[in-house]
Order: sequence, then structure tokens, then C-alpha cells
Amino acid sequence: MPVVMDAERISRALTRIAHEILEHNRGLSNLALVGVRSRGVPIAHRLAHDILQITKEEIQVGALDITLYRDDLMGASVGITPLVRKTEIPFSIDGRTIVLVDDVLYTGRTTRAALDALTDFGRPTSIQLVVLVDRGHRELPIKADYVGKNVPTSRTESVQVHLRELDGVDEVLLQGKE
Amino acid sequence: MLTALQHKHLLGIADLSPEEIVLVLDTAEAMKEVGQRTIKKVPTLRGRTVINLFFEPSTRTRTSFEIAEKRLSADTLNVAIASSSVVKGETLVDTAMNLEAMAPSMIVLRHASSGACHLLSRICKAAIVNAGDGMHEHPTQALLDAFTIRERKGRLAGLKVAIVGDLLHSRVLRSNVLLLTKLGADVWVCAPSTLIPPGLKQMGVTVTTRVDEAVAGADVIMMLRIQLERMQGAYFPSQREYFTTFGMTEARVARAKPDCIIMHPGPINRGVEIASEVADGTQSVILDQVANGVAVRMAVLYLLAGGGDGDTTRAD
Repeated sequence: MPVVMDAERISRALTRIAHEILEHNRGLSNLALVGVRSRGVPIAHRLAHDILQITKEEIQVGALDITLYRDDLMGASVGITPLVRKTEIPFSIDGRTIVLVDDVLYTGRTTRAALDALTDFGRPTSIQLVVLVDRGHRELPIKADYVGKNVPTSRTESVQVHLRELDGVDEVLLQGKE
Repeated sequence: MLTALQHKHLLGIADLSPEEIVLVLDTAEAMKEVGQRTIKKVPTLRGRTVINLFFEPSTRTRTSFEIAEKRLSADTLNVAIASSSVVKGETLVDTAMNLEAMAPSMIVLRHASSGACHLLSRICKAAIVNAGDGMHEHPTQALLDAFTIRERKGRLAGLKVAIVGDLLHSRVLRSNVLLLTKLGADVWVCAPSTLIPPGLKQMGVTVTTRVDEAVAGADVIMMLRIQLERMQGAYFPSQREYFTTFGMTEARVARAKPDCIIMHPGPINRGVEIASEVADGTQSVILDQVANGVAVRMAVLYLLAGGGDGDTTRAD
């Protein structure tokens, strides 16, 4: 199975993105990170850690579960009740710049759900999007502001992100060309 | 990991595996967070219709279900007996079949007859949620009780839970005993011998008529209401005598663990099964139970909406 990114590449990509976030926003005043469960959350924490290393300042991190906002829950695919986990955003997002963090950007439907979920929490000044991997095949007009790596894929393939915090290892795999 | 209920309906705790119970409780934690937001609503059940069919009076359960349904964006409607065709003599089955013809996704049913929900589950395409059937079960109450205990104690296994009150007429008791024993709690039940139904011991609980013995060292005291409306005989001489012998007073609570919590499914009869000082005291979690009821019912509605086994993959 081809390894698209190993631990070192993931680490370097995130450090670069941390710099890009700071450059783009001219510092981190009024900035907060929100990770999309499950793998967006550890990525958001790593970015927060990198930002702390660079600026010596803490940035707040929240966790967003988008399950209740999915558009495929009650449609044709009846029979699926994905596990709902807790959303934890222990700060106000009103008037702030929220950097949404996810592992893979594919159809854009998760991001759409995350945007809906976020706006239920308040009215951020702006929302930016970080993804570790952009694999293409968008079904909605959504674009990431910061990308770890663009990975050209076919729809039959799947991209697996494994992270130390949840899977014991850092790697991005491209799986199953049929 | 289990991510879906293996049932189309929620008829009773008896049908649920321990894993399914834990799934409901875990899901309810996420739902509780929704209730703490400024905008307490998520679009999950948009376009689904839920009918609350209540053949018995209820404040808490019906309000709780309705709030849960609304927070999940379902369209809800309440059929109250007083204003329905039931007063014209329509049978439960006919009522249900007519409602069914309007294609609801779910019917939440409360009925005075045990087994009413099972009956509807055999004739309706909609998912049936038991909101209390006769003296049989009241599964969402047991789930919210378990949720409240777990929230306070961090676990259920190994806790001593003393259930005191009208055991004979209580569907809350049956559901709670089934749930608590499935999750490994040490359950003690206590009532005057006239209010102890046969076969309780076989459910894996310790039965006693001595309240001091039941509450000694308890982590949880769960009071049950004396259901005067269901009592056609003389089960005890007087309410005052019942209170003297079985009522939960501060002196009796003192025999339990210092951090023991006091629960009651409501409505409470002050001065009959529970003293006001205890019901309103610092150890009482009675109002937490009510608050948690909404989260637990949201979890049940969500999990039943999927209607079976599924996987958790999402298209990113």
C-alpha cells in the first residue's frame, strides 16, 4: 500500500501550515482552531503546539462533531447511525477568525456540515480551512486555505490518515485501486 | 465497536444488550452538549414526523420527548386522549392504523396496558418508542436514570442501588432492574410485602422489607412513587404509616454512603414516599434526571431513526 506521507512529512507540512496561518492572519490575535472529529482534532492540537513554538502564545482549540449535520443520514442510506461524539468548543466564536481543521478534503460534504454546525455556535468574522490531504473530487464549491499535500486520486481509491494519538502511527496511505 | 441499535423499536430494556445500553448513554452525552448551546437545535431528523400518542396523563415524559424531537428538528405532533377519537370508542389498533396511514417515522406511545407497544410494533411500519406501557416497562426512564448515575458516579458496575417504593405497580422498577443488573450494579429493592410482585428475586436483586437494610451503604437511593391511582385494594393502612415505615427521611439517608445520590422518577408525593428535605436536599438529583431525560430521548430517537446496523464511514 503506497505511503503518501510519513511521520516526518506530516510534521513538516503541519509546521509549514502553522507558519502560513500566522502569516496570512498577521499573528494570532482573535484566532481559534476547531478540529473536526475525529482526526481533525489531534491535527488541530499539533498546529496549536507548532504555533506555540513559533509565537510563544497559546491558541484555543475546540472539537466539532458534525454527525448530526450530515446530509446523508436520513436519505437513501437508511440503516446508518454513525456514532455521535461530543462537540467541545469551550469559547465563544463570535467575531473571531475560526480555522477549521480536518484530515482529508474529498467531496466537501463534511466541510459543508462543519460550516453549518459552526454557525449554530455563533457568527465568526471568517472561517478558514486546513486539511492535511486534499484528494480532489469536490461535489460542492469548497476550497481549502491551507493544504498539507495535494494527492491526486481516483474515486475508487481511499485515503487513510493514521495519527499517533488515535492509531499509534503517523502516516497517510492511498488504498485500493480496483 | 457497536454504533447502532440492533432493533427497529425501543419496546423495553429487556431487548437491549449491555453494549446497546452503553451506546445510548454515550450518544446521550453528545446530545446533552447540544442542549447546552445557545441554539439548541440540530438538523438531524429534518423531514421526519414523530407522533406522541399518550393514552395516560404525563407532564415530564411527554414534554421531554417533545423537546427532544424538536431539538433534532423532527416535526412533532401530540395526540391527547381527551381530544381524540378514543373518546368515541376507537380501539388502539384502529387509532394506530389511521395515524400510520399518514406515514410518521416514529410513534412514541404511552398506554395503560402492558404490551401495548409490542402490539403496535407488529402492525406499524413506524418505529415504536415505549414511553411507558402499563406495569411493564418504561425504558427511557431507566436509561435516563442510568445516565444520571453514570454522570455522578462515573460508572454503574459495583454500585449499591436501593430502590424503595411501590414495586408492584412500577414499570420504572422493572426497566431499572433490568438495566442496572445488565450493567453489573448491586440492586436492592424494598417495599411493604403487599407491594412486592412475585418473581423479583429471579431478576437478580436482593428483596427486603426493611428500608434501613436496603439503604445501608448505598451509592444510589432511587425512590418510586406510591401509585395511588393504580391501587384498588388496601396495600398499607395509611399514607402516614407508609411514610413512617418506608418514607425516605434524612435519618434514613444518613445510613447510606455520604455521597449517595437520591433519585425519583416523579411526580413525587411529598410526605408519602419522600420527605421534602430529602427531595430538595443537596444529595437530590431529581431535577438532573429531568434535564438528562431530554438528552437520553434525543439519543434514542437518533439511534432508532437509522433503523438497524450500519457503519460509520463518512465521505470526506
